[in-house]
Amino acid sequence: MTRLIRPGLAGGISRRGILKGSAAFGAAALMGPLGAGRALAQSEPKQGGTLRIGIAAGNTSDTVDPAVAEHVYVHMLLHAYNAYLTVVMPDGSLEGDLAEGWESTPDAKTWTVRLRPGVQFHDGRPVTAADVVASIDYHRGEESTSAVKSVLAPVTELKADGDNVVVFTLEAGNADFPVLLSDYHLPIRPAQDGKIDPLGTIGAGPFLLDHFEPGVRASLSRNPNYFKPGLPYFDGLELLSIVDAAARQNALMSGQVDVIDRVDLPTVNLLERAPGIEIISLNGGEHYGYPMDTRAAPFSDNNVRMALKLAIDRQELVDKILNGYGSVGNDMPINPSMPYFDASIEQRVYDPEKAKWHLSQAGMENLSVDLHLANSAFESCIDSGLLYAEKAAAAGITVNVVREPDDGYWSNVWMQKPFTATYWGGRPTQDWMFSTAYVRGAEWNETYWDNERFNELIVQARVELDQARRQEMYSEMQRLVRDEGGIIIPMFANYTMALSEKVAHPEVVGANWILDGFRAPERWWFA
Amino acid sequence: MTAVLTWAAWVAGAFAGAAALGGAFRAVVWRLLGGPVARAVRTMPLSAAFGMAVIALYVVVALLAPWIAPFGEREVVGGQYLPWDSTHWLGTDNLGRDMFSRLIYGARNTVGIALATTALAFGVGAALGLTAAATGGWVDMVLSRIVDLLMAIPALILSLLLLTLLGASIPNMILVIALIDATRVFRLSRAVAMDVVVMDYVEAARLRGEGLAHIVRREILPNAMAPLIAEFGLRFCFVFLSISALSFLGLGIQPPTADWGSMVRDTATLITFGDITPLLPAGAIALLTVAVNFVVDWQLHRASGLKD
Amino acid sequence: MIWRMVGQRLALGALVLLAITVVIFGAIELLGADFAQQRLGQSATEETLAALREQMGLNRPAWVRYGAWIGGAVRGDFGVSMANNRPIADLMAGRLGNTLFLAAFAAVMSVPLSIGLGLLAALWRNSWFDRAANVGTLTAIAFPEFFVAYILVYLIGSTGLFPTLASIPPGATFLERLHVTFLPALTLTLVVTAHMMRMTRAAIVNLLASPYIEMARLKGVPRARVIWRHALPNALSPIINVVALNLAYLVTGVVVVEVVFVYPGLGQLMVDAVRTRDVPVVQAAALIFAAVYVILNLLADVLSTLSNPRLMHRR
Repeated sequence: MTRLIRPGLAGGISRRGILKGSAAFGAAALMGPLGAGRALAQSEPKQGGTLRIGIAAGNTSDTVDPAVAEHVYVHMLLHAYNAYLTVVMPDGSLEGDLAEGWESTPDAKTWTVRLRPGVQFHDGRPVTAADVVASIDYHRGEESTSAVKSVLAPVTELKADGDNVVVFTLEAGNADFPVLLSDYHLPIRPAQDGKIDPLGTIGAGPFLLDHFEPGVRASLSRNPNYFKPGLPYFDGLELLSIVDAAARQNALMSGQVDVIDRVDLPTVNLLERAPGIEIISLNGGEHYGYPMDTRAAPFSDNNVRMALKLAIDRQELVDKILNGYGSVGNDMPINPSMPYFDASIEQRVYDPEKAKWHLSQAGMENLSVDLHLANSAFESCIDSGLLYAEKAAAAGITVNVVREPDDGYWSNVWMQKPFTATYWGGRPTQDWMFSTAYVRGAEWNETYWDNERFNELIVQARVELDQARRQEMYSEMQRLVRDEGGIIIPMFANYTMALSEKVAHPEVVGANWILDGFRAPERWWFA
Repeated sequence: MTAVLTWAAWVAGAFAGAAALGGAFRAVVWRLLGGPVARAVRTMPLSAAFGMAVIALYVVVALLAPWIAPFGEREVVGGQYLPWDSTHWLGTDNLGRDMFSRLIYGARNTVGIALATTALAFGVGAALGLTAAATGGWVDMVLSRIVDLLMAIPALILSLLLLTLLGASIPNMILVIALIDATRVFRLSRAVAMDVVVMDYVEAARLRGEGLAHIVRREILPNAMAPLIAEFGLRFCFVFLSISALSFLGLGIQPPTADWGSMVRDTATLITFGDITPLLPAGAIALLTVAVNFVVDWQLHRASGLKD
Repeated sequence: MIWRMVGQRLALGALVLLAITVVIFGAIELLGADFAQQRLGQSATEETLAALREQMGLNRPAWVRYGAWIGGAVRGDFGVSMANNRPIADLMAGRLGNTLFLAAFAAVMSVPLSIGLGLLAALWRNSWFDRAANVGTLTAIAFPEFFVAYILVYLIGSTGLFPTLASIPPGATFLERLHVTFLPALTLTLVVTAHMMRMTRAAIVNLLASPYIEMARLKGVPRARVIWRHALPNALSPIINVVALNLAYLVTGVVVVEVVFVYPGLGQLMVDAVRTRDVPVVQAAALIFAAVYVILNLLADVLSTLSNPRLMHRR
């Protein structure tokens, strides 16, 4: 799983109900403030038409190499012509894609995955266990430069058992392992002599890739032999890269595309009023935050961190930065869309008096900190900092917003300067989220946080099979991050997309990623 | 049809207003001042008077911004996108800052930066360009090649590279844009001066044994002045554009500093819905551009010695 | 005489091109972050960085990499893109065509328009026409390019006459291309016209006070004829220069318009390549831009020289 270079391109998976008895949260797709009423009238699915999607990403240097797959355009393309082992369904459950089923040993260390029989790649070759092993192995090993190398690091052994069974052996138990296999970096490609062609255009997905011009467009046509009967509904698919927000909206309004992702939030109200346009806004796990280096003064003092957490007006940020298309955060990367979310934890609110009290506990009367921001961290990031600075002043805190160049922000500023901005696509499990950025020694532990209790809990929870105990452990971890952690998380952003009324979609739209979990081309149809 | 008429009415109104402003300005200055200035002012055309009036207005606004603006430059004063009313004359922006106040502060920042940049670009570019033309030979060759080198790299890419290297601060931006503009000025002044250099009076000056500085200053510059003045007017305005193009690529002026170029960029998407907010900063730039060039045209006309 | 100058300038142009590759290469080296780091972004770890650098040959010292690149480039082999391993020649070919097409389209509209307007404005100096053309063109250039584009999209795009996406479908005919690229070409026309028009007018007005013009006027030659026959030929040099500058701009400086209209041109390719530090692509694009620039300037100088024979005989 990778962090993405641009804002808003990663997303949260709402993997509810994957584990039996987990704290499943209502319907999967939470419609945003304006989307709710509109998505109701839907027609029966029918065949035909070419779907054209305008995507807010894309670059002349794009490739279909799954080890890179750095933004939504490539993710959409990969999902259009490839199949995966598992898939997160719109309701949040985990189902098999190429996998027919899976089971593990009781210690959750050895996982056996059975493949669907009789599935073919676009060129007619059957999908076998050897292809799966080669596709996963491509990301592992010394040579690999894959973005998911570290995610797959716990896999110690991977082998085919006959043509239809693959066995994964992990170094430590992980009850959530099959979820990892739905990662967008892990498409299954045909193998030749035990290797896949990273730039190959043959997959087993719903569409055939006819033509791909990086940074411009990709044209695909329906795969008549797709293994899911009746799918996809569209005869063809055009993926257009339209980075400019105004161009994207105009293309939709003038009918040159049918669907766009990442609606420009400052003008979303105006787009909403345009005739024949539907806005879908879904609450995934994507969140924005300001990590502090917990090793560096003054952030090493938890009272200072608390003061800074209390001095931010979360609701104002949601209203002004997200234009209402999001929800307030509670300084933890977990929101109600994730399993084991603890709803009893009190929501933190703007409280300058209390912030002052914390400052005085830290032996300070005033505090002045530099906040290093760039809009490549997330959209309107600089503006968010300015709003923060305005409000923090009331608590005797001076926040100096230092604008850093967009270019190179992630390499030169983030995790280099003590107080920066960040964004995260939600992870399907708390464990995945925490072990990516909160546990000691994690590559992206952006706050350099090292909490003994937290580090212990996370390992225990991974193999804890008793649901109540597991819930307790995750609750404690959430509280630890919220009250002692080094990151201020003021808001969760919705996935906001817009479509022409000609396009119909199922009532429940997946919120694990934008565009129905990148699978709109397979799941939607023309009304 | 009514739309066309409304437009026509607006345009006519704008012209009448402009003429009135120019006339009033001319009358007032003429009364207040005496001597040769008054004579020059009295004979200047309405357009130039209008230009001067606008420039004077901008200067006053820029200098007195903190006293004129009802709110602070970066102060969040209310909800976002408030409509125009008596408190917030032009409403508020996406963060709830007063639009009118930001426009006023924008005058100070934008005009200041543009002036500094253009002056620098002209100081360097014209001096080198005229010298190169007057000297010829290897000096001309070397300078021209260096300029060719810099100009052959697309301006946006060059500024992108340089600003990423130096860091996007206001002084750096002034330096980088001035450097890039100076190459353009060099090229133009050299081209103009080349035509002058072959004139007989320059030959004569050379034969008299005048020094390089004298030839450049006294013989070439006055005769190359007209196109340079015209260029100055345009370059001055191009600085705003460079700044807003840079903010399009994410390297503009640091917020929360109000600057018209960046303000246009920040609100530009609204125009595609027919919302005129971005026209305010863009209009402020356009008005200044027109005003500056009216004055430039007048000077150009006087310099050319034409009577009609 | 003129051929010797052309020869000299071409040789110098080649040197300029070479120097540009050094400058760009050096600048990107100085930028610090290398391709591997940029590519891996957040997923960069010591291990993956080292592996990718090894694969890409980025471990070699800078001068070795530059040497290898320039060695190939001289033989016409620009190598492959670091980002997607595609031959750069393939990558560039289509986009160069698109860029030149758009530039030519805009030039065909803007050059006659601006010179014509400039001449008329000089002819009817201080008339209402002069003022209106003046204010109109000044306003047009005072708006940033992307803003002009957005306004055109709002005014024209919403009528549905012309598409707001200029991406050319494969196998489009010439007419279809013109139709699809109309809005970006119009935007560029508005952007460059003012500059050329004003320079034309200024150059001519500047000459109107010259004694020989005065003489012609006194002889009773009509104004239009004075401007056409006497002033214009002598004002050609600055006009040609400003036209050359603007033509070069139409080829090299239109990234913003490409972005707004999603037009697959070279500018976008180059900005993307700068962002990803894909040095071979940046180099190749810079070479093309620079070559266009050098050639246009050479052309401008030759034409200026021809228009003013005195320039040939300078010491």
